[in-house]
Amino acid sequence: MNELSFIQAALVVLFLPLLGFTVTILYGKRFKWLYLFEVAIITIALGISIYMLFIRLAYFADAPPFQKEFLWINLGIVPLLGKVTVELGIMIDNITVLMLFVVCLISALVHYFSIEYMKGDKRYSRYFAYLGIFTFSMLGIVFTHNLLMMYIFWELVGLSSYLLIGFWYEKKSASDASKKAFITNRIGDLGMLAGILLIFSTYHTFTFEAIFAQIKAGQMPLNSGFWLTATGILLFCGAIGKSAQFPLHVWLPDAMEGPTPVSALIHAATMVAAGVYLTVRIFPMLTGDALLFIAIIGALSAFIPATIALTQTDIKKILAYSTISQLGYMIMALGVGAYSFGFFHLITHAFFKAGLFLGSGSVIYAMHHEQDIRQMGGLRKKLPITYAAFVIYSLAISGIPLTSGFLSKDGILASAYAFGGLTGYKIFAITGFLVALLTAFYMFRLIFVTFHGEPRNQHKYDHAHESPALMTVPLIILAVLSIFAFYTANPLDAGKGWTLSSWIKTPPSVVPASLRYEFMNEKQPEVAEVSKSHNETEPVAENVEAKKNEQIIHSEEYTHALHSAHYPAMGLSLLVAILGIFTAYLFYIKKVVNLDAFVEKIKPLYNFSLNKWYFDEFYNSVFVGFVMLLSKILNWFDANIVDGIVNASASVTRTVSTFSNAIDKYIVDGLVNFLAILTGMFGIFLRKLQTGKVQTYLVMVIFSIIVLIFIFI
Amino acid sequence: MQYHLLSIITFLPILGVFIILAMPRKQENLIKIFTLFITGVQLVIAAFIWMHYDYAKGGINDVAGFQFVERLPWIQVSTGLAWLKMVKIDYFVGIDGLSAPMLFLTALVGFIAALSSWNINKSVKGYFALYLLLVAGMMGVFISLDFFLFYIFWELMLLPMYFLIGIWGGPRKEYAAIKFFLYTLLGSIFILMVMIGLYLSVQETVNGSKIFTFNILAMMDPKNFVDGGILSMTNANFRLYAYIGLFVGFAIKIPMFPFHTWLPDAHVEAPTPISVILAGVLLKMGTYGILRFNFTIFPEITYQYAWVIAMFGMINIIYGALCAMAQKDFKKLIAYSSVSHMGFVLLGMASLNSVGISGAVLQMFNHGTITSMLFLCVGVLYDRAHTRGLDDFGGIANQMPIYTGFVIVAFFAAIGLPGLSGFISESFVFLGAFLNVPALGIRIITICSTLGILLGAGYMLWALQRVYLGNLNEKWVTLKDLDAREYAMLIPLAIAVLILGVYPSLMLDIMNSTVNQLVKVLANIH
Repeated sequence: MNELSFIQAALVVLFLPLLGFTVTILYGKRFKWLYLFEVAIITIALGISIYMLFIRLAYFADAPPFQKEFLWINLGIVPLLGKVTVELGIMIDNITVLMLFVVCLISALVHYFSIEYMKGDKRYSRYFAYLGIFTFSMLGIVFTHNLLMMYIFWELVGLSSYLLIGFWYEKKSASDASKKAFITNRIGDLGMLAGILLIFSTYHTFTFEAIFAQIKAGQMPLNSGFWLTATGILLFCGAIGKSAQFPLHVWLPDAMEGPTPVSALIHAATMVAAGVYLTVRIFPMLTGDALLFIAIIGALSAFIPATIALTQTDIKKILAYSTISQLGYMIMALGVGAYSFGFFHLITHAFFKAGLFLGSGSVIYAMHHEQDIRQMGGLRKKLPITYAAFVIYSLAISGIPLTSGFLSKDGILASAYAFGGLTGYKIFAITGFLVALLTAFYMFRLIFVTFHGEPRNQHKYDHAHESPALMTVPLIILAVLSIFAFYTANPLDAGKGWTLSSWIKTPPSVVPASLRYEFMNEKQPEVAEVSKSHNETEPVAENVEAKKNEQIIHSEEYTHALHSAHYPAMGLSLLVAILGIFTAYLFYIKKVVNLDAFVEKIKPLYNFSLNKWYFDEFYNSVFVGFVMLLSKILNWFDANIVDGIVNASASVTRTVSTFSNAIDKYIVDGLVNFLAILTGMFGIFLRKLQTGKVQTYLVMVIFSIIVLIFIFI
Repeated sequence: MQYHLLSIITFLPILGVFIILAMPRKQENLIKIFTLFITGVQLVIAAFIWMHYDYAKGGINDVAGFQFVERLPWIQVSTGLAWLKMVKIDYFVGIDGLSAPMLFLTALVGFIAALSSWNINKSVKGYFALYLLLVAGMMGVFISLDFFLFYIFWELMLLPMYFLIGIWGGPRKEYAAIKFFLYTLLGSIFILMVMIGLYLSVQETVNGSKIFTFNILAMMDPKNFVDGGILSMTNANFRLYAYIGLFVGFAIKIPMFPFHTWLPDAHVEAPTPISVILAGVLLKMGTYGILRFNFTIFPEITYQYAWVIAMFGMINIIYGALCAMAQKDFKKLIAYSSVSHMGFVLLGMASLNSVGISGAVLQMFNHGTITSMLFLCVGVLYDRAHTRGLDDFGGIANQMPIYTGFVIVAFFAAIGLPGLSGFISESFVFLGAFLNVPALGIRIITICSTLGILLGAGYMLWALQRVYLGNLNEKWVTLKDLDAREYAMLIPLAIAVLILGVYPSLMLDIMNSTVNQLVKVLANIH
């Protein structure tokens, strides 16, 4: 397989799901079996993606990315701007094939799972068509080599998410949720768009590689480092929306209105990870300040939802908040410079979180669409496979050794710890450990309440049964993928495993040294201090990577700090995870404390968490309320003031015309009429003379003659 | 080799008017089919023009760059006066990359609106005669290269429009028709005054002697302005007033805030096909006029006040979107969305570079197809339910799934979803406006304008939810899905929206040379 065949394979994988969508949406109603076409297509795509994964990682792991551009729009040489072209392009590197595999695998598993789960739905084939267009859009994001194409597929993912969240659009809550998801995402996208505008106006290209090269050459938006930071943050806004980060996280819990397999695919494993993927792609151009901003957003997004998840009772909502929290981890990891661990966590999380959602789907299916965990209990006997898989996923998300989650989470916590040591911002490490504690607690609260204890709804319990193989096999596959052995041979140290040491490599930063985190710059003993003061574009030593076998991340100083942070962080994270699980055990199995009394004691805190920190209420009353009010005011203004002026000018004209009509009628015409009347009156008077009697005429003639005689004589 | 194609495409409908007038009143179907035939022939001619269109030619101020040119002396009166030897008006037509897309749009929308007129039952003969007259007027506006000729077509279009709204309209048709008529006439007066001013300032050399001219290409050359003419280069104040007058005249048509209030009324009252024509083609004449006249004849003023145009573009975008959000009438909502979307055209024009202006012209075409589709969708629903209240519906998606599919395409195209045509033009507008190097203020305006795509998603999705999603209202269980005629009018538009979303070069290539030429005209001054 050479570079060209990689590109061809990528195009095939990309367009297959689009074909599936088109065929299924057009003919699915007529031919009921067409959903199988879509299922077959995703299976083929999965096959190709696995092949690409193996070939790339086995033979080309150190090769530069394979790239291919396609000219899309060509304005040619235009005055003022020079050459303007817009290219679409495919880029395939290690990150791409890993992400491709994750997307295809989970998409395929969700397809299989849905065959059973969605059975009997009246829009069955349309559901599969939507899965097809989602997979197409998501793969577009995975393969893109430029920002514009990223934005295009970014929006298409938004559309598929809209269609799938609102799949049961008869429910008002579902159509509300889909609308909310689309619009909230768009808010983030506005920032991303602004970032793209800044990029394009500076570099006249959208391609990552070309942008990085120009930044490296010292060109910056509006010629200032500040705007480079701003551009990074603006682009990251897209990730805030898509990955449901604070403060735009509110759409994700509502998105649970969609069918549960969809939640597994879109709102847990892939689409929401797109934000992390975007941040990974733009990582080299992020300045230290931008990264710090990202880390803060990540930390807040990790912490806030974790506190909300503690009190929720809807099984899917708990998982949704946990998703936001885990995405926050990834974002925070990227923010503190732990590029490889952030992306690694994306992969491990995708598997176990998709598993958790599909597992919850299996539970919901068994309980006849009951989602309230207070109605469940004791299900482990009824759903043994689901239960076993669920426990493995939960151990993974809590970060217990031998699971994949332990590897990635431990790496993130160690990085945050090291970051605290290097920069003094210890808050990220503290947040990380705190969230790890909360995560372990709420996940095992979920398990204990759902699967242990006594059934709370006997009727539903009696009818519950293990799901069919089409649903349990995906669960088992995902559970297997949550085991450490796929990523490293050493269950305690991911850094030594193949995933991190040879597949996911931290790219060198392209921003000027003065704008980076200090630890990213190789310390050049003694000279460093001096050279820094007089010249900020100090050349960075790039030949250090040849050093021994050990991989250098960012700089020797950082690698060393990370190394020494590893064991303390691991011990601490293990401690908090076990503490969390044990507390949940005490609360929900042993029931050492009376829960109701305990809740009563911390009522305000409990309500604050239960009501999700009142974000929805706040946004609804402030932002939505403001826009609605403004639109009402402007509509009134439009109808009464703007149009009022128009109508007023019309009525002024009419009044003037009435007035001039009056003048016309009474004065101009009056004069004419007066003349007529005068003539008439004259006539009346003269008529009197015409009597028709000869005597009168004779008298008048004689009278006239006399008068004439008097006159002339 | 050009077979007088432009004259044929323009005057064919006028011939059609006479034939319809000669037809018996009772033969309603024959009249309808005949109209469809005429517009169909226009569509074929338009396609033929497209096939023979030379993409490399620029146009704008260069007569050699125009294509399918026809130039005949039309009115020539010798006056015997020393200063005004002769009044000369030419029949001077031709197309370049600005007018060609509009010509294709007119042919397409004209055909589809004729299809959509099938439901007209009241005095059919009169309706279709006026309809063809309207189509002729629209074509004429886009091909005229003589200001006087342009003005005649501009006014020619007004009259049938007045009657089409005033006779075949809704309950408040008289009010809407007269408002439309008077408002546009007001704009026409401004245009007329500037036209006369320009006429008296520009001289063209004909057979060695200099005479006053209505030729707009001559008006673009500063050398042609007579010394001491009212709008000569030295008379900067008067040129500014003329610019404003002309701009307002065209802005009323766009419609630009604050001259937009005739639009919602006209749309609400007009029958569906007339709304389609109105939004699909007529609004473009405003922006077309500004590009064709203001930008080229007064480039220095355009250059100086581009930020004002951008500002008005931003106001249109945001104000229109917010007003749309408050509407309860489906058609009114679409009408205000037009106000918002035409704002993008203004913003793109104000960029004064090829990216932005291409985006603006593309947006003119795309808005033509998208908004036609939206009005047709409203019309389909109105024909069946006889109401347009957004809150009267619900769950139509279940009752009319295929129709709803088209609605979703139209709505998402209006929202600017990638893959559909609206996205490309909006992106180009933003990219171009943000690139505007000389005036940095436009960057801030651009960033503010991006709010429009957020608000757009807001009101569109809200409308979608209220009408199509949710549970079906019991009242509407009898509604039928699309029939063959409705397919025939929605499918071509949907295809245009999809193709231009995926392969925008189809349209961008046509306008590219012309837009570059226009940018050069604008930039050469400075």
